[in-house]
Amino acid sequence: MDLLTLGQMLNTTLVFSTALIFAALGGIFSERSGVVNIGLEGLMMFGAFAAAVGGYYAQDAGYVTMAPWIGVLCAMAVGVIGALIHAVASITFKADQTISGTVINFLAAGSTLYLVKLLFEGAGETPLIDGFSKYPIPVLSKIPVIGPGLFNNYPTTYLAIILVIVVYFLLFKTPFGLRLRAVGEHPSAADTLGVNVNRMRYIGVMLSGMFAGIGGATITLTTTGTFAHNTVSGQGFIAIAAMIFGKWNPLGAFGAAVFFGFSQAIRNYVQLFGWSQSIPQEFIYMIPYVLTIIVLVSAVGRSSAPSALGQPYDPSKR
Amino acid sequence: MNKLKKIFATDSYIVPLVAIILGFLVGAAVMLIGGYDPIAAYGALFKRVFGSAYDFGEAIREMTPLMLTGLSVAFAFRSGMFNIGADGQVLIGMTAASVIGIKLAGLPAFLLVPLAVIGAGLFGGIWAGIAGYLKAKRGINEVITTIMLNWVALYLANYIVRTFLLIPGQNRSEDIPASMSLTFLNSIFDNARLHWGTVIALAAAVFFYIYLWKTKQGFEMRAVGLNSHAAEYAGMNVRRNVMKSMFIAGVFAGLAGAGEVLGVFHYQSVFAASPGYGFDGIAVALLGLTHPFGVILAAILYGMLTYGSAGMSFNADVPPELIRIVIGSIIFFIAAQGIVRWVLKPFYFKRKKEKVL
Repeated sequence: MDLLTLGQMLNTTLVFSTALIFAALGGIFSERSGVVNIGLEGLMMFGAFAAAVGGYYAQDAGYVTMAPWIGVLCAMAVGVIGALIHAVASITFKADQTISGTVINFLAAGSTLYLVKLLFEGAGETPLIDGFSKYPIPVLSKIPVIGPGLFNNYPTTYLAIILVIVVYFLLFKTPFGLRLRAVGEHPSAADTLGVNVNRMRYIGVMLSGMFAGIGGATITLTTTGTFAHNTVSGQGFIAIAAMIFGKWNPLGAFGAAVFFGFSQAIRNYVQLFGWSQSIPQEFIYMIPYVLTIIVLVSAVGRSSAPSALGQPYDPSKR
Repeated sequence: MNKLKKIFATDSYIVPLVAIILGFLVGAAVMLIGGYDPIAAYGALFKRVFGSAYDFGEAIREMTPLMLTGLSVAFAFRSGMFNIGADGQVLIGMTAASVIGIKLAGLPAFLLVPLAVIGAGLFGGIWAGIAGYLKAKRGINEVITTIMLNWVALYLANYIVRTFLLIPGQNRSEDIPASMSLTFLNSIFDNARLHWGTVIALAAAVFFYIYLWKTKQGFEMRAVGLNSHAAEYAGMNVRRNVMKSMFIAGVFAGLAGAGEVLGVFHYQSVFAASPGYGFDGIAVALLGLTHPFGVILAAILYGMLTYGSAGMSFNADVPPELIRIVIGSIIFFIAAQGIVRWVLKPFYFKRKKEKVL
């Protein structure tokens, strides 16, 4: 296997990881504040849809170069709105968080496809749009292997990597992060110290909608170019897995997301290995999922979820 | 009589009922915004379900796997586990039933069919049991393992079908001679594909109810689900209960798989993506408030809506996806009961006033 392919493989890995990184970061915001977010899949769907539609109309209106970014902004907004439903149900009305997250998945699947058919005269998917193009970073992209692998990527990928560090800093080095985590670990203690528990949780859930929205947007704007019923196809659930795998830590989630991205990319390249010919393709497809379980069993061990995760906050029970 | 009064006095059924009405209203509002006629659409939906004997039978067929996957998710829920893996368990059940049905085709039907059904349940249970085992012994989050196992099941099922059962040149297995068809009912319902799975699903619900609320083991399981620390302190074996509950949940889902291949399709295809039974099961379990009889009612509603939604698009030109908005809203209102109570508040107030007078 030559070095050029290795660079390409690295590149494809990052392309597939980007959406997962965004969504997993979103999941961390929500769950660190104590709200389970099974709805990441639906929020990604909202984002993918909004990016496709927003991008399409922006292109139509003549903003060709800005179109993908307008798509991202639409995705952020729609993601926040979607997350708001989850927040109202699970925080204000103290609904079971798993259930209201599932509701998001349902509403997203239903409303996005309904709107696609409504907006585009019964079509099953949105019209194809241009999306982002890869942006090589000057000088660095000339390095062999690593250059084409890491430094010739979509702008969203760079943004994702920067945000991993920003979110890490935000969560662990700022008062805001401390409050957010406190609300997820011990809400009544946080409340005693004057932190508005429900407000922090609203912020956490809405940030998760925003991030998952961008995650969905990256799928349409870099990989598929359209939005259809199978655009997201389970990536939100993989993002949840990445978040848990990464122990609710941005850096860990990043590692897990890259791992899943790599295993998706490996399918495209596995034919290049001579030995792979004798293995049935299904077993190659299984590798990432089996490997995840094996890694969990052997290394990570007990997962350490925020201790108030899933519990609505009730001040009277203090 | 007092007991009867008590049942009607609690809002255990009022809340879901109001939630269903509100869900339909949300759907109607969405249709109005989209420029459709909600009355025509809902009319077409119900006409599709109740319009002909065949369609009614097919709607029942549609409900059957929903009942079983719903029971599967609900059962796991009761012992504090979130089974996102019903999808994979259904696939494993399907595959087990197909393999037994095709490879042991020489056996007489009265042996072969039960064998295939038992095999499907058993393997579905074992598949879910993996997640239960890892949770119990290693503390690994069952959400992540069941998601992973769904994918592994998809590829494993495809591998087995493709390698051992395939008709050359086609993307499906040989025909399965074993059949769970309810032949005498099929003719009444104009060749709708009704099968024994429906009976099994109803029996499973009864088992669920008796096991959880009338046996000591079921009590332990519920105790673990409500507070695993307290259960452990009381001397219950939390780990064993977790494994057992996942196993039983998997059996339910596996049986759904048997019904689909032995009762409906009579062959198994190679799937490009997961068929999604498990995710519907989550919705059904939640709609049914994770109570077995609630799950049956929820599956009936859910099956009716999904089957009828096709009629909605044919006759009223409304995209069938709308029905997911309706279902989602219903679950939303059931989950966020505060909203429903808020809607109901004026009525309660009135009623109390009347009593005073």
